[in-house]
Amino acid sequence: MVNYAIGVDRLVVDRGGRRVLDDVSFTVTEGEVVGLLGPSGCGKSTLMRALVGVQIVKSGRVELLGRPAGSADLRRRVGYVTQAPSVYADLSVHANLRYFATIVGAPRSDVDRVIDQVDLASHADTLVGRLSGGQVSRVSLATALLGTPELLVLDEPTVGLDPVLRRDLWNLFHRLAATGVTLLVSSHVMDEASRCSRLLLMREGQILADDSPDGLLSDTAAADVEAAFLQLVDAAAARDASTA
Amino acid sequence: MSATHTLATAARVGGQLRNDHRTLALIMLVPSLLMGLLAWMLPADDFDQWGPALLGIFPLLVMFLVTSVATLRERTSGTLERLLTMPLGKGDFVFGYAIAFGTLAVVQSLVVAGLSFGVYGMDTRGPAWAFILIAVVNAVLGTALGLFVSAFASSEFQAVQFMPALLLPQLLLCGLIVPRDELPTVLGWISDVLPLSYAIDAVMELGVSAQTTNAYWGDIVIVSAYGLGLLGLGAATLRRRTP
Repeated sequence: MVNYAIGVDRLVVDRGGRRVLDDVSFTVTEGEVVGLLGPSGCGKSTLMRALVGVQIVKSGRVELLGRPAGSADLRRRVGYVTQAPSVYADLSVHANLRYFATIVGAPRSDVDRVIDQVDLASHADTLVGRLSGGQVSRVSLATALLGTPELLVLDEPTVGLDPVLRRDLWNLFHRLAATGVTLLVSSHVMDEASRCSRLLLMREGQILADDSPDGLLSDTAAADVEAAFLQLVDAAAARDASTA
Repeated sequence: MSATHTLATAARVGGQLRNDHRTLALIMLVPSLLMGLLAWMLPADDFDQWGPALLGIFPLLVMFLVTSVATLRERTSGTLERLLTMPLGKGDFVFGYAIAFGTLAVVQSLVVAGLSFGVYGMDTRGPAWAFILIAVVNAVLGTALGLFVSAFASSEFQAVQFMPALLLPQLLLCGLIVPRDELPTVLGWISDVLPLSYAIDAVMELGVSAQTTNAYWGDIVIVSAYGLGLLGLGAATLRRRTP
């Protein structure tokens, strides 16, 4: 039997009178690295909020690691990085992580481990407010790595990072996946797509495609994921136009 | 709720304040200087009457402002959303703030009371520690009110506007300007349900009695109950799931 890390069934979310997620269904198997791609405003962040149980949903079922999203015992097992770096600017890197480590019940030694993992050891005692944008988002990412999360939900964790750091972080994601951690990573940078084992392409609150990068390329006969994505989006827009 | 999480949150909030030297300096200096101004301005008898009341009101104002802006920052920066996806109890969050700012209020009251009694020559019948206790329960009340209103504000501008809306009526009706039993009937009723009225009653009680009386302790209990009740309400109205 396959164990699903994420199971979403006919999820509908309305925000401010607008349908943001419209009948979204997909599953993610344990140990997968799944990329969630799509233009900004397509519902990626709302979907991630629904997964970690902070989004009011209209209907549908969301299960993580066999438990309904938002269950109390998931709060130790799922790591979440919001799109805006959610750390305290007026505390040092180390103090931020010490606090979050206490909350998730991670051992003290975890703090130095995650600081090393995001390559910020030389800035451990710097106030987060004095770091660059890319460094701040790495502190935010480090927070999600504390403890032993089985599932990581990462909302654009590599935004504003240089290519070297992006590569290092993706290598880290794959090392984690090799130990059985499941990752759902959103991005609007299409060149990151090739690093995922599977891709979910979103547009206007719906899943447009759910395939491996290779499968997507062969289906669309496109040269790269970006071209494949544009082709799918244009085809969907044409369908919308003809039915309207 | 867990004691570890509550105390870790209090320590974290305290750490943030310690790194913000200017805010700390303002919290200590502004009431100290205002109290000095009052001592300089008023005849000694009047200062002995107004000084103790102000000693209780400063922490209410300051902690209300600091807490409402600090918790609003948690909401807008996403740190609250992240914390609510973690095994942090809602009560841990709320009471962590109350402990951190309550402690700050103790320090503030010690500084301001020390100056008032020691340097400015404030002379009261009741013991100094009893005034400081009023300041501390007022600080918890201010923190509780600040946490509570931050749920209804979506920007710092809105949060700051809640201060005149919630605190000025309490200041006007607490008995400092017009004695509470001389208020028009309806305003008297309103005054009876506002927590600051009881804090000022406690101050006045210490103005006529050298010992802490049952009436004083009754007032302290009422103000504390308001503070704790509002903290509980703040925790209860904190939602993990939002639209």
